[in-house]
Amino acid sequence: MIHDLELSILEILFNDARTTPQQIAVMTGHSEPEVTAVIRSLEAQKIICRYSALIDWDRVKTDQFEALIEVRVTPQREQGFDAIAEQIYRFDEVNSVYLMSGAYDLMVTVRADSLKSLALFVAEKLSTLENVLSTATHFVLKKYKFEGVIFNEHKTDERLVVSP
Amino acid sequence: MNYDRALLKRFVDVPPSGIRRFFDIVSTMKDAISLGVGEPDFNTQWKVNDAAIYSLRQGRTHYTANAGLMELREAVSGYLNERFGVQYDPKTEIFLTVGASEGIDLALRVLVDAGDEVLIPDPSYVSYAPGVIFAGGRPVPIRTYEEDDFRLTAAALRDAITPRTKALILPYPNNPTGAVMERADLRALADVLKDTNIVVISDEIYAELTYSGHKHVSFASIDGMKERTITLNGFSKAFAMTGWRMGYACAPRELLSVMLKVHQYTILCAPTAGQYAALEALRSGYDSGYAYVREMVRVYDQRRRIMLDAFRKMGLSCFEPRGAFYTFPCIRSTGLSSDEFAQRLLMEQKVACVPGGAFGESGEGFVRCSYATATDKVVEAMRRMGEFVASVRR
Repeated sequence: MIHDLELSILEILFNDARTTPQQIAVMTGHSEPEVTAVIRSLEAQKIICRYSALIDWDRVKTDQFEALIEVRVTPQREQGFDAIAEQIYRFDEVNSVYLMSGAYDLMVTVRADSLKSLALFVAEKLSTLENVLSTATHFVLKKYKFEGVIFNEHKTDERLVVSP
Repeated sequence: MNYDRALLKRFVDVPPSGIRRFFDIVSTMKDAISLGVGEPDFNTQWKVNDAAIYSLRQGRTHYTANAGLMELREAVSGYLNERFGVQYDPKTEIFLTVGASEGIDLALRVLVDAGDEVLIPDPSYVSYAPGVIFAGGRPVPIRTYEEDDFRLTAAALRDAITPRTKALILPYPNNPTGAVMERADLRALADVLKDTNIVVISDEIYAELTYSGHKHVSFASIDGMKERTITLNGFSKAFAMTGWRMGYACAPRELLSVMLKVHQYTILCAPTAGQYAALEALRSGYDSGYAYVREMVRVYDQRRRIMLDAFRKMGLSCFEPRGAFYTFPCIRSTGLSSDEFAQRLLMEQKVACVPGGAFGESGEGFVRCSYATATDKVVEAMRRMGEFVASVRR
């Protein structure tokens, strides 16, 4: 039951992090103290890492560059991919790091204020790391959809305003 | 040209739906929030649309069998068995209709003759009574009460039956009240019906949308009742496919074959692209454990709770609906009629709901609020309605 409540709370907050504990209590049929306690515990466990807004940056800044970089590495004895992943995700330029199945090992996304600084980061920092075998950089030209949200979509309710 | 002599009086005399008037006002209003919508706010899953588009690309634009694609009938049969424990033979006991609405019309046309009576729980969906009148029969409303959670009781059913009673429409989960029938309630009705020749038209279009632990019970799954039941259902509510107009009718062969005959001569078959869409909805539903349906139900349930909580705070009594996507609060304590309440709420706070009287006489004193509307809009509508109720009481 608590597990169900946790999931419901996470889904509600994921959709709208501004939903108040009071509102969540109403929506799930639990008490407000109960909901608050679960949220605190989820925060303490770092399951909820932070509350942020989903922003269509393309429409705000035009001088930001983002790239997806495929990285092939040599896994290390006893530490597998974790140690090399850490070496990469420590960089401030790095936005996300995923371990992947398939033709390469790590998918790294990098954000920078200029094309040049992004290129230099890959050339000087990333590819020179010990255990990095090769990189392939793909620049993001346009984001259409992110985290289930379609950017720049003008949603209109086309239903009849009153129907039986 | 004398149109009065040309047209049949019983068709001309049926009044237009009471909902229409509100529709006209709301459509001209900016920033109005409508709680008057009787269809899901979710969109059809894209893979369902894509299956229909693919069928068009394949050139599948011809008629199908009158009853519909065999693989779709088989899928419907499997679905009904899996979800509601009813068994219908896809070859002889199921056919695809143009919305569950076509099924209502067909059932009434093959059962009802001049002067025959059809029992309809009241309040109910607006189309049943006109359908009975169109077929030449006489609709007989059976009042249901908030105190009984708007369920149809065996006693009320027994009292309403006369020698002219041909059919009972059983519309649960109910629009507009959100009422559901438990197995025990249905068994009690079955006891009344078992020695009669009354056919039950069970409109189960909201079967997938149930809350607070209630699971829909299909009337045909009650012992001995399948032989007298026409089960009507469709894809509109369960899979958010209203505009596709895809429904299905299920009944024993003796009943269904006659309905199918009318369908065959008047409609031919349900739209082919829609049938491919429906097939995808059932197949992907089955493969995913109906995740899409469950997700909709979860969100509807949250909004339902928001509304019930808001009504409680406004001091409006509202029984807990456990099906469909409507709440049916009682507004008598405001001293207004349902019509006045709905009209003033719309004019003063720009929130549209439907006066309960539109769904039958016993709906007077109530309004129907649909929660098939985005959660933030439901929250805002409840805030405005709260202000309205407070201003009326002041």
